[in-house]
Amino acid sequence: MPVRRGETLTVDRSPDAPGTVVVTGISRPLGARVAARLAADPRIRRVVGVDAVEPGPELVALLGGVERVLADLGSASTIIADLHAEAVVHLAVLTAPDQQHGGRTAMKEQNVIGTMQLLAACQQAPRLRKLVIRSSTAAYGASFRDPAVFTEETEPREVPRGGFARDILDIEGYVRGFRRRRPEITATVLRFAPFVGSTIDTTLTRYFAQPVVPTVLGRDPRLQFVHVDDALEVLHRSVTEEHGGTYNVAGAGVLALSQAIRRAGRVAVPVLEPGLSAAAGFARSLSVGRYGFDQVDLFVHGRVVDTTRLINEYGFTPRSTAAAFDDFISGHAGGTVVRADQLAAAEQAILDGIRRVRAAVEERS
Amino acid sequence: MSERGAEPRRGPRSDNTARDGSPPVNGKRIVLPPANPGDAIADGASRNGQRPAPPIDPAVADQPGDVWDRRIASGLAFLRRRLAGQYEVDEFGFDADLSEHVFHPILRLLYRDWFRTEVFGVENLPRNGAGLVVGNHSGTVALDALMLSAALHDRHPERRHLRLLGADLVFRMPVVSELARKSGGTVACNPDAERLLGDGALVGVFPEGFKGVGKHYSQRYKLQRFGRGGFVSAALRTGTPIIPVAIVGAEEIYPMLADVKPLARLLGLPYFPVTPTFPWLGPLGIVPLPSKWLIQFCPPIPTADLMDQADDPMVVFNLSDQVRETIQQALHRLLERRPDPFAP
Repeated sequence: MPVRRGETLTVDRSPDAPGTVVVTGISRPLGARVAARLAADPRIRRVVGVDAVEPGPELVALLGGVERVLADLGSASTIIADLHAEAVVHLAVLTAPDQQHGGRTAMKEQNVIGTMQLLAACQQAPRLRKLVIRSSTAAYGASFRDPAVFTEETEPREVPRGGFARDILDIEGYVRGFRRRRPEITATVLRFAPFVGSTIDTTLTRYFAQPVVPTVLGRDPRLQFVHVDDALEVLHRSVTEEHGGTYNVAGAGVLALSQAIRRAGRVAVPVLEPGLSAAAGFARSLSVGRYGFDQVDLFVHGRVVDTTRLINEYGFTPRSTAAAFDDFISGHAGGTVVRADQLAAAEQAILDGIRRVRAAVEERS
Repeated sequence: MSERGAEPRRGPRSDNTARDGSPPVNGKRIVLPPANPGDAIADGASRNGQRPAPPIDPAVADQPGDVWDRRIASGLAFLRRRLAGQYEVDEFGFDADLSEHVFHPILRLLYRDWFRTEVFGVENLPRNGAGLVVGNHSGTVALDALMLSAALHDRHPERRHLRLLGADLVFRMPVVSELARKSGGTVACNPDAERLLGDGALVGVFPEGFKGVGKHYSQRYKLQRFGRGGFVSAALRTGTPIIPVAIVGAEEIYPMLADVKPLARLLGLPYFPVTPTFPWLGPLGIVPLPSKWLIQFCPPIPTADLMDQADDPMVVFNLSDQVRETIQQALHRLLERRPDPFAP
């Protein structure tokens, strides 16, 4: 690469690293951490974080080097034009409705309408070179006829029931249209498996953090996770390097749900699926609760993706699903009901007991 | 740790209490083949009222060589592994630990003791690397697939696992779907088949599908249509040899005398069987009749030279017909060897 090192410029500008990066969704932990990480990269001159909501105090501490703009995505076009942004990282995608902030309606507004507005702004931006979109493996939907492993080419067989999955399909549809209209812009769509990690708090980590975990009776889905630090690394590389296209981002390997619950030392409580779906529908109509059809479908069908393309193209291998989940367990050891060492001790105690009893019996005979 | 239990008994009395090293089970002593020739001598010696030689003396109940100790210890270790989640599941959901320790022992009872299965032509299976095993399907309940995988695992020199491809109905049903996945099955579709073959797995497929399993008893051992030949194109794309397999015996386990179509539609099933025992005897009707089974693996059909013709429908249909003919002829030959379906 023609990087001219040793020049009097303040930073080395590799041809791929953009000068000004706009990051959306910095009021949420993922957006804030990505913005902070990009700001710490000397190749990037300026990082601007956009969000309609002020980030919480614990995130503000992270955002030292980031310029913050308080605006919704409707005014994104002026921001992106004024800043002469060269890259946009779109992370303002909500995975679950937030009941304090308008529930599902607001979630759809932000996910679908927000993305539409942002892409419209990007289409107008003359200096834009890169667009990175956060998507999810929920884009593959959930059907009984699905192949066991999804590659990036797999089309969903049915329109999913979950709100988030529908939003993801809409978002990816808009990105396809954008790619047609601005083919010279490198558009990267990252389909992330559910995030885990010792520090992150999501619907799924809260689910696994409970001591007693509800599951679907007669189903043991195959799950994959990605460690949030690996997700940050992939997002970072997507901005500083050239990787157009759609990529699955997940840790290699698979954990069955029952296995994950056991590894976390929790207790599974199987629930009948129709009951769970009814409960999810009921919770949605009352707009309470954290679990919806997205979670029920994941826990019936499971979801496993192929990450060969990511590994080959990025030259980066995320840590395995099992390793990522172990890190999550280490951060949430408090709710453990059964620990592995207790089981080992019980095993030893039973073996010793058998030996003692037999020794006593044979002593008598 | 085993010495601790043995220590108190090391008196003169212990000689006749622990002669052959097995604990009394249900009041009778299980005589085991000696672990090494030295044990046999010691055994005879103690029977003659002589003290066994000192180094062999600790061959008492809880030595590592003891079969029941080993079984209990390995059973407990298995239980601990399961409860702690310390086992591996592959991306299709295959749980080798569970298959090895739970599924195969159960299936072995059925295939060996109940159906007295004889297996021929194991040498036609690849020792390692990919292979597509294509069989005839029958028996109202698809026990033939399970027996095939059990027989293959038992008889193959490398104890390979057969990865079965199943109808999506199997994966629609709770519990059944998870048993299918954990035992190595997955949905019958080309992406999964090609992925498994690409990974070098031994894949089992029954192209007749429900047409084969749900056929009338009078149609027994008549191969049904082979679908669109999706299995052939999967083999061609990956250059995998096809090993036809003929299974005799499954037709008689639940002889289907009638199919109650309205009930089947009501329950969303492809057929609702009436057999001599089902539904008349209630739960007893689930017991398969103890027919005599024969399984013949035929010589492999290589496909590596046809890899570039995977999308040619003519090549696919011809190969599919060739496989079908091979199985049909093997079935006839096996049936001649087994004139009585319930022979010992």
